[in-house]
Amino acid sequence: MSSSSLLVTVLGMFCVTYFIRVGLFITAQKATMPVWLESALKYVPVAVLTAIIMPMMVLQSGQLAVSLENPWLLGGLVSFFVGLVIKNQLLTIVFGVFAFFAAKFLLG
Amino acid sequence: MRASFPFIKKGVVASIPMIVGGMPFGLLFGSLVAANDLPIWLALIMSSMVFAGSAQFVAIGLIALGAPIWVIVLTTFIVNLRHLLYSADMVKYVKHLPLKTRLIMGFGLIDETYAAVRPLYEQDGFKEHGHKAYFGSFFSFYLMWNVTTLVGVVAGELIPGMSDWGLEFAMVATFIGIISPYLTSFPYFFAFAGAGVTSVVLNGLPNQLGLIVAAIVGVMLGALGERRENKLKRIEEVQNEFI
Repeated sequence: MSSSSLLVTVLGMFCVTYFIRVGLFITAQKATMPVWLESALKYVPVAVLTAIIMPMMVLQSGQLAVSLENPWLLGGLVSFFVGLVIKNQLLTIVFGVFAFFAAKFLLG
Repeated sequence: MRASFPFIKKGVVASIPMIVGGMPFGLLFGSLVAANDLPIWLALIMSSMVFAGSAQFVAIGLIALGAPIWVIVLTTFIVNLRHLLYSADMVKYVKHLPLKTRLIMGFGLIDETYAAVRPLYEQDGFKEHGHKAYFGSFFSFYLMWNVTTLVGVVAGELIPGMSDWGLEFAMVATFIGIISPYLTSFPYFFAFAGAGVTSVVLNGLPNQLGLIVAAIVGVMLGALGERRENKLKRIEEVQNEFI
């Protein structure tokens, strides 16, 4: 991507993010959101983040690679395990990254 | 000024655990920009202008994949929509403030500041002076985020070959760290499974459209799961009444 495209990207990101955050502060009117929207918004972070990482974990050059010899899948599974059992965000990252690099190095 | 200090201090103190916890993410964000061979200034203006951790990670991932600008901006919009919930909740505490103050406060409405400062508003005097605690929290996070981004990107530039390390996996692990606490709840797990399967199946679609469709499928399944759960709960309640 060219420098000017990158700049436009950041400006676009700034505009939508600032608009979301400041919109109701400008009008300063109490806003009630429809129940369905409030319920749907709760699931946005989990859905978006999952949609980003799943292809990275289970695909290799566009092909399904569901095997423990795939460092991305192995590291991801370790992260999920630590995240669900120990429930500590930093450890989830550290153990997953460690498993990923160990697998990459050993299976190299 | 003297009267302001205790409030500012309360906002900063309430934020300290999350400031410490956020530091690795700033470093990681900066180094990811360097690892993808993107310019230093990109990391710096993104952290200073957008100021939204998860959206910034997502955007760097999309830029590295060569996604078009509108997809990146739309995805940022979707990822940050949750802040609308925070602002709707905060309106009652800011509406007495001058517009200029509100305009600056809006910029700093991040997950962490909302989480740290919102509970303080239940205390005495915060209806009037709460924005001072808010600014204390906001500026601390802003300073931390921009400094760690700078350190991360400089480190990334100084250490050669970083782009081959597979640092992107750190982003995967970070997102898993954010997702996993939710997964013990049935509707969230539904959202997770729906988005996960859809994103893999539709991965070949151009412009990362698969990502957006998968996110929508996940959100719909989550909302459906919630309805179903509420229905089951009501049935249970009715049954309990009869017993």
